[in-house]
Amino acid sequence: MSMIFRDHEVGIRNQSKWWVSRTAIYSALSIWALVCLFPIFWTITTSFKLAPDVMKGNLIPWWDFTPRWKGWESIGLSPRLLGEVSTVREEFFKRFWNSTVVSISASLLAVILGSLAAYGLSRFSYRFGFMKNSDISFFFLSQMILPPVVLALPFLVLYKSLGLLDSRVGLILLYTLMVLPIVIWIMRDQFQGIPIELEEAALVDGLGIWGAFMQIVMPIALPGMVAAFILSLVLCWNEYFFAALLTSTNATTLPVMVASQTGSQGINWWSMAALSSAAILPLVIVAIALEKYIIKGMAAGAVK
Amino acid sequence: MNKDGDLLHTVTADNISDSRKRLGKFMVWGTALFCVMLALLQTMYQAGSIEIGFETWRPTLYSYMLWATALCAAQVIVNGEKGKRTLFVLPAALFVVSLVIFPLLFALYISFTDWNLASPNGPQPNGWNNLVQMWNDSFYWNALTNMVYYVLAVSVEYVIAFGLALLLNAQIRARKFFRVVFLLPLMLSPVAVSWMIGKSMLEVRFGPISRIIRDLGGEPTFFGDPEIARFMIMAMDAWTFIPFMMIMLLAGLQALPSEILEASKVDGASGWQSFKEIIFPLMMPVSVTAIVIRIIFKLKLADIIINVTSGGPGGATDSVTSFIFREYRDRSNVGYGTLLAIVYLVLIVIFVTLFLKLVSRWMERPA
Repeated sequence: MSMIFRDHEVGIRNQSKWWVSRTAIYSALSIWALVCLFPIFWTITTSFKLAPDVMKGNLIPWWDFTPRWKGWESIGLSPRLLGEVSTVREEFFKRFWNSTVVSISASLLAVILGSLAAYGLSRFSYRFGFMKNSDISFFFLSQMILPPVVLALPFLVLYKSLGLLDSRVGLILLYTLMVLPIVIWIMRDQFQGIPIELEEAALVDGLGIWGAFMQIVMPIALPGMVAAFILSLVLCWNEYFFAALLTSTNATTLPVMVASQTGSQGINWWSMAALSSAAILPLVIVAIALEKYIIKGMAAGAVK
Repeated sequence: MNKDGDLLHTVTADNISDSRKRLGKFMVWGTALFCVMLALLQTMYQAGSIEIGFETWRPTLYSYMLWATALCAAQVIVNGEKGKRTLFVLPAALFVVSLVIFPLLFALYISFTDWNLASPNGPQPNGWNNLVQMWNDSFYWNALTNMVYYVLAVSVEYVIAFGLALLLNAQIRARKFFRVVFLLPLMLSPVAVSWMIGKSMLEVRFGPISRIIRDLGGEPTFFGDPEIARFMIMAMDAWTFIPFMMIMLLAGLQALPSEILEASKVDGASGWQSFKEIIFPLMMPVSVTAIVIRIIFKLKLADIIINVTSGGPGGATDSVTSFIFREYRDRSNVGYGTLLAIVYLVLIVIFVTLFLKLVSRWMERPA
């Protein structure tokens, strides 16, 4: 056993080793933080640039270029245009509103349906024909591997005949279907973590099973439900494939709007940057504010 | 405790009268009959054999929903307490079945027709023609090969994600800051990412990355060369999804029993030894779960490809989904496209099942 004192040779070696490992860890962390942040920084700063700034490759605002509102003016969101009537802004807000309505309702519906199913599967034993609990769970979870492209065309035809094409309701139904397996996965895990004695006590005290679920289990599982909701919200907000195929004018969401701009004649850098920034900002804010829940949601299935 | 976990056992004595049972059955069958009648009427109207009918199928949808509601209500009416338990799972099950099974059956039918949205005839069955066409379609096989590369890229993502998770799990300051920052890419929509990175940062003339490469004396091409283009797509997709694996692995690391790690430290294990002998084996179940889910997400990869390269150059970056997307949108060749999608579904079901079988022995947690 070597003696470890601060002034001893071994102690000094240990200390320098500690410093080396600290530096390595923090430089690795900073490099990856740069990798994560630079594209976001680039997009937001580009939205304040003019054409010459883009071409000269100026990076840092106020230092090598002066921020201008030109990009934001092109979607009608600059301070100068805020008081005026602007068709582009209306267009943008319409898309924004569509995205909001669709993703919130789909996530809400998925959380309600998914939590009920997950609770049932974690508490009671079922038999539907040959299917037992584990088969039913597998049936729900197996929907996750279903690639969207398989459902796209049948839904196109189905929605056409139902008059749901280019409507928010149509998108909401599809998105609910898309996130439901994930919600069930998270919630099953949450409910399994709640001791069954709680409900047994509630049943003895005279509540029905639905009463016990609503009054005892739900409040405990609420953080998990919020986590599932946020995760679904992110997935629905970002969905592009179905929205591109099933909507045309009324119900188009933000990703479709962003994508349709890139296709057109020579990219208009500042307006694209402004539009992209506006499309990502809500979720960046959500990520910063509700990071705890997002991590909780994703961690749920992994551990235990 | 059985293998499904701890179950809640309830004993109920239900006395359900015969008339109540009859009422429940009547509700279900009545609404079902109504729905079928409406569907038949609509079919006849659209075929032109009768005059009265609705413009769209929406009334049929409403009657279907009425039937679904009646079915749920009848569970309680007929089965009492047992029905109340069924009511937890039934709505979700009905929802999924009606939104997946029917469309899948319909897709199966379309995939054996020569339907092109531009042709006036509508779908005409054409037997095995689509399959033969698929067999000779080198672009589809090319897209499938690309999917293999894309899936293999998951292994690199896993290594990076594990490294980041270890870093975040170390004794560091500002852990919350780094966690939020590392999480951010996952929040961004692939469409925005494809503009932010694919179309602006990797722009050949003005993009910051091309500028750096040019300063270093290279000549930037990102989406001209097939190999580099594929790598760029992989990198962008990795950028958005590494946080996903990272969070799962981090959760796994934080759940590791600290006594074992301390014991290994007392026994004099070096950092590398304790990683190789203890952390990695204990993390196996979490790793496998993260990889499986990541592969499932990877198999749906399309948005970035559609928006950045549209499959180019020469199909080098095509994923199956983006290939079929163009088949639908540019050629309106829906019959053939749907067959490709169904074949893809069959392939990935086989693949995922085999993969799960293969890795299932590592999924079990060591006791």
